[in-house]
Amino acid sequence: MKYLPLVLGALFRKKWRTFLALLSLMLAFLLLGLGQAVNSLVEGGAEFLGVDRLITQARTSFTQPLPLRLLPRIEAVPGVKRVGWSQFFGGVYQDPRNFFPQFAVDPTRLYDTYPEWILDPDAKRDFVATRNGAIAGRLLAEKYGWKVGDTIPLNSIIWQKRDGGNAWEWKLVGIFDGRDEAWQKRTTIMYLNFAHFDESRVPGAAGLAGVFVVRLSDPQAVDEVAARIDAQFENSPDETKTQSEQEFQIGFLRQIGDIAFIINAILGAAFFSILILTGFIMNQSVRERVPEFGVLKCLGFTDRTVLGLVLGEALALCLLGALLGIALAFAVTALLPADYPARIDGRVLVIAAISAVTLAVVVGLPPAWRAMHLKIVDALAGR
Amino acid sequence: MSALIEIRGLTKVYERGAQRIEVLHGIDLDIPEGDFVALMGPSGSGKTTLLNLIGGLDTLTDGSLKIDGERIDALSGAALAAWRANTVGFIFQSYNLMPVLNAQRNVELPLLLADMSARERATRAQVALELVGLSDRASHKPNELSGGQQQRVAIARALVSDPRILICDEPTGDLDRKTADEILRMLQSLNRDHGKTIVMVTHDPKAAEYARRTVHLDKGTLVDEAVH
Ligand SMILES: Nc1ncnc2c1ncn2[C@@H]1O[C@H](COP(=O)(O)OP(=O)(O)OP(=O)(O)O)[C@@H](O)[C@H]1O
Ligand SMILES: [Mg+2]
Repeated sequence: MKYLPLVLGALFRKKWRTFLALLSLMLAFLLLGLGQAVNSLVEGGAEFLGVDRLITQARTSFTQPLPLRLLPRIEAVPGVKRVGWSQFFGGVYQDPRNFFPQFAVDPTRLYDTYPEWILDPDAKRDFVATRNGAIAGRLLAEKYGWKVGDTIPLNSIIWQKRDGGNAWEWKLVGIFDGRDEAWQKRTTIMYLNFAHFDESRVPGAAGLAGVFVVRLSDPQAVDEVAARIDAQFENSPDETKTQSEQEFQIGFLRQIGDIAFIINAILGAAFFSILILTGFIMNQSVRERVPEFGVLKCLGFTDRTVLGLVLGEALALCLLGALLGIALAFAVTALLPADYPARIDGRVLVIAAISAVTLAVVVGLPPAWRAMHLKIVDALAGR
Repeated sequence: MSALIEIRGLTKVYERGAQRIEVLHGIDLDIPEGDFVALMGPSGSGKTTLLNLIGGLDTLTDGSLKIDGERIDALSGAALAAWRANTVGFIFQSYNLMPVLNAQRNVELPLLLADMSARERATRAQVALELVGLSDRASHKPNELSGGQQQRVAIARALVSDPRILICDEPTGDLDRKTADEILRMLQSLNRDHGKTIVMVTHDPKAAEYARRTVHLDKGTLVDEAVH
């Protein structure tokens, strides 16, 4: 601590240079913070899995909802046993951080297409009969302490109601579990009664089904049935893309993976250029001060103290830059609309601190080593 | 009584690649406690080299160097650094202050190495600045001070940890006559009134007159000596 004036003084000796280094460090750590926020958004993905199920989505993207009127033609395709549909609701519960997947579905078709879910018969009946009914997975209900009969308010980031608001209220009529361990782990989602959803949303959106979930009579016939469904709508305004549930999920994950890859690539590039720039600046700064290090050693500063001083400079620079960048990232995400589910959490502070310290050591060690090994008489003479 | 500084057969060789340059050839010199020695000689005769050796800044090639009975040439690394911090104060021709620190903090620098509270460091630095007549400039950075003032800050820094020996390499080399005389009077008073042992390299015969005696060095050998 007593060396702080010496360290800070050295750091701000050339103000424009330190400013430049701080600015670039700040931008790199801002990126780190924002990347972290986007990651948190991507983590809230949906999960589908099953061998005898197909997902029919719009050809362009699964985010493009298909109209409900395609239903009879899909049902008519040979090899199809039962068809349901699923519209992503995009609701937020109380706080933007409480982001879990909800899907608006037709209850009886859900039971038929997803026999993996276990729900007692009374609840099954109530879900069909209650127009604004909803059922929640066991893990989800436990997380928020929900009980059957509770009213669950959800703000949809996608769907507006007729009255123009996006605050929806759902009555919890049942809590479902998974058939086996794998499915029990997936009980973190919620299903909403499509009937109420469809009649309450803005009229322009009514009749949109989202994606169709197709249960097959013969699991071996996945590829043939998928091709037959897509052939039905070829050259129509509603061209489809039908995949097995696994493929659909892989596609979904791949998209997430792409985003993560891009973020990581940008972060990597940013940190690499920061490394070069800060390293150059530290080297330059130590080179200019060779006689000063000679004087310090002359006064009795040991080689190790000199090493520590230069490393301290690098550390102060990187930590300050990290602090500014992360503070800015928090400020930016705080400015996002309240219902936007991207948020920074405390984890980013740990990541940023580790990155800053690593950066400081990598960047500070070569010049610190050099300063440490300077011979006094040579350093005093500026050699 | 043995001398405070006792130099025997001191030889210094610089090796540059295959080249060996013998700069000092077997110097014998005794400097008693409380002495003020001016070291004179032509450029390149080895004055700075000898001074650096006495100050424990460089290692000698042959011979021995005892200060207060201790073989300084046997010390190295952290032990030598600690010895310097306790025993020697350095004053250079180009002042060598830290440009980013104000006068007060420059003077405090050597005290950072001691186990001392911030308040005590500040008090001691103020006393040292007062001694050199610069207490009103404590908050000035070196570039806000004249050459003479900077050299006085450097003297305060050299004195602050109360060393027995002051090592000065052309301390007035960059100063005008009047300012140089002020600095030299200050060194003389430190020698006479505070008992500091001073070794000072100078090219200026007038500066040498402030010392108690002058030692002449030529081509790495002591040639003659005069007591004032
Ligand atoms: N690090 C070094 N490597 C090689 N030779 C050196 C080194 N330092 C000094 N010398 C040589 O040693 C000789 C004495 O140098 P020194 O600096 O002691 O002279 P000086 O008497 O102080 O001269 P000046 O009056 O110009 O300051 C010179 O020839 C110089 O070139
Ligand atoms: Mg010299």
